[in-house]
Amino acid sequence: MADVTLRKVIKRYDEVEAVRGIDLDIADHEFVVLVGPSGCGKSTTLRMIAGLEDITDGDIMIGGDVVNDVPPKDRDIAMVFQNYALYPHMTVAENMSFGLRLKHYPKAEIKSRVTEAARMLDITDLIDRKPKQLSGGQRQRVAMGRAIVRNPKVFLFDEPLSNLDAKLRVQMRIEIKKVHQKVRTTTVYVTHDQVEAMTLADRVVVMNHGRIEQIGTPNDLYHHPATRFVAGFIGSPAMNFIPCRLEDVGGKLHIRLTDRIAFPLPLARAVRYQNVARNEKLLLGIRPEHITEANAHPEPGVEAFDAVLDVTEPMGMETLIYFTLEGAQICGRVNPNAGAHDGGPLRLAVDLNNMHLLNEVSGVVL
Amino acid sequence: MASTLVIDKAAPTRKVKYGSMSRDRTWALRWSYFFLTLFAIFSLVPPLYMLITSLKSSAEISAATNPWWVFHPTLSNYVQLLTSNQFLTFFRNSAFVSIFVVTITMLISVPAAFALSRMRFWGSATLATGVFLTYLIPDTLLFLPLFKMFAVFGDWTGIQLINRWYVLLIIYPTLTVPFCTWIMIGYFASIPKELDEAAIIDGASWFQTLTRIFIPVALPGLIAATIFAFTVSWAQFLYPLVFTTSTDQLVLPVGIITTLIKGDVFNWGQIMTGALLGAAPPLIIYAFLMDYYIAGLTAGATKG
Repeated sequence: MADVTLRKVIKRYDEVEAVRGIDLDIADHEFVVLVGPSGCGKSTTLRMIAGLEDITDGDIMIGGDVVNDVPPKDRDIAMVFQNYALYPHMTVAENMSFGLRLKHYPKAEIKSRVTEAARMLDITDLIDRKPKQLSGGQRQRVAMGRAIVRNPKVFLFDEPLSNLDAKLRVQMRIEIKKVHQKVRTTTVYVTHDQVEAMTLADRVVVMNHGRIEQIGTPNDLYHHPATRFVAGFIGSPAMNFIPCRLEDVGGKLHIRLTDRIAFPLPLARAVRYQNVARNEKLLLGIRPEHITEANAHPEPGVEAFDAVLDVTEPMGMETLIYFTLEGAQICGRVNPNAGAHDGGPLRLAVDLNNMHLLNEVSGVVL
Repeated sequence: MASTLVIDKAAPTRKVKYGSMSRDRTWALRWSYFFLTLFAIFSLVPPLYMLITSLKSSAEISAATNPWWVFHPTLSNYVQLLTSNQFLTFFRNSAFVSIFVVTITMLISVPAAFALSRMRFWGSATLATGVFLTYLIPDTLLFLPLFKMFAVFGDWTGIQLINRWYVLLIIYPTLTVPFCTWIMIGYFASIPKELDEAAIIDGASWFQTLTRIFIPVALPGLIAATIFAFTVSWAQFLYPLVFTTSTDQLVLPVGIITTLIKGDVFNWGQIMTGALLGAAPPLIIYAFLMDYYIAGLTAGATKG
């Protein structure tokens, strides 16, 4: 077990900079998820930690030792690949014990470790099968087993659930979390799926264009995104962004969305945004769950307005509604009994206590 | 001939009827059987003729009877050949040469293919293409310069390689190594990159990755390459004809020609017998390895 530290890590392929100077501290026992769209440099970062890619500049430390030039086998890490990468000619047991056999562990030790890992992953019955006789989920378990038996300092997961169907993915997600709770090995996990990132991580690292956009706990990122990218990437359905500007009406700070719609800001927000220039182009960031059907007795900071719905999507426990405001499509979540129907009018309420104000040009959350 | 089929399908006057899929299939099958039968006859007639002739005495061969029938079958050709030291020497030389060449070829081409397909180094792609290009140079162009090289080598060092069967161990790999390397590069390239990365992380060295992961996984390719190398060295004619002359150094194909044709006298019965016996080892090897070869191919076909 060990902590992992990245210092100004850069990866350049010829002229393309895939990773542009990353600083990251991963504590011992921590489960960190690197998330971002494809091509954001998350996989490259993971592969540099593994030692499968050379780093162009910077330092990578595992357990306090700089490992820049240490070959993968001496870094004491284990990796789980997206396509499982099981050795097709070996049985499950042989796959799991390959690393230990190469290091000439005693036979009894190997057997007990494999048995223990197989029991933990519930694949004891499959131990003598070949990979091609296994289902996708079982293969993924074997790949994890291969990592566990090595008892490494760090686990590296490279989009391990992307090849599984949706139902299995949810199941394996829980499985991975359980395993981490048991073995407590420092884990770096790469995914493009923000739900996976939110559900698994102690801390999430959101990456974009080879840089880290924000690091934080899942709740932190959800409630206090630092940039428009993070605000839009984390959460499903995604956060709504509505062009707006601030104005003073009768000594109170208002946010104006359209010619007809303007809301007074709640006191805390008014204080926070007091110094924002009134003519600046801004975006109101509001999550769908903060646009709901209007209530007869609104709480302070909740403002009502009328909208004509374009589309409704009944989800069972809630109904997603979509309407257009100043050319932007807005999504809200209302009670199934609120009377929302396609093309129909509905009186909605927006909870400005949970609003975000962004600079439209820089994308920074104010 | 195959174009007939295409024209038939594309004919604009033909009405598309309900169930045309199964009709298409029926026709495709009929054509397949037709051409397969044609091909089978074409390729089986010569060995059949060899077998028939090998069972005849010289007198019957030269007699003006039906050449496709044996009236007085005899095994005398087989007995004579298999008890002649000369023929057994040819057979032994061929076997030695082929086995050694296959071994040498595999020892060179498998690691070479691994290096060229996996260890990206400066010029590796060019080198891989270059390896294949060398295979395209015909042996008829090479045997004279090669002969000269060995002659000069003999003059300089006093080590005489010409007219020794083992000179073929140096020459044949110039044919087998490039092609086998090329086959193995193809097979190795089909192995997902993550597999060797997993092995590297598991602590395997390059050599262990090759021997414990790549070779077992690419076994079908390895067998294909082995069969190729064996066939080439077993059937090679021009090089042994040029480089070996003494009777005790000859390999089977050259031996049969040089010893069973005396002047203008062709000992057809024994020539056919020798050719048939010579064709047996590759046939047996194919028969045994083919099952394994196909099993390996289908097993590797699914992702795993």
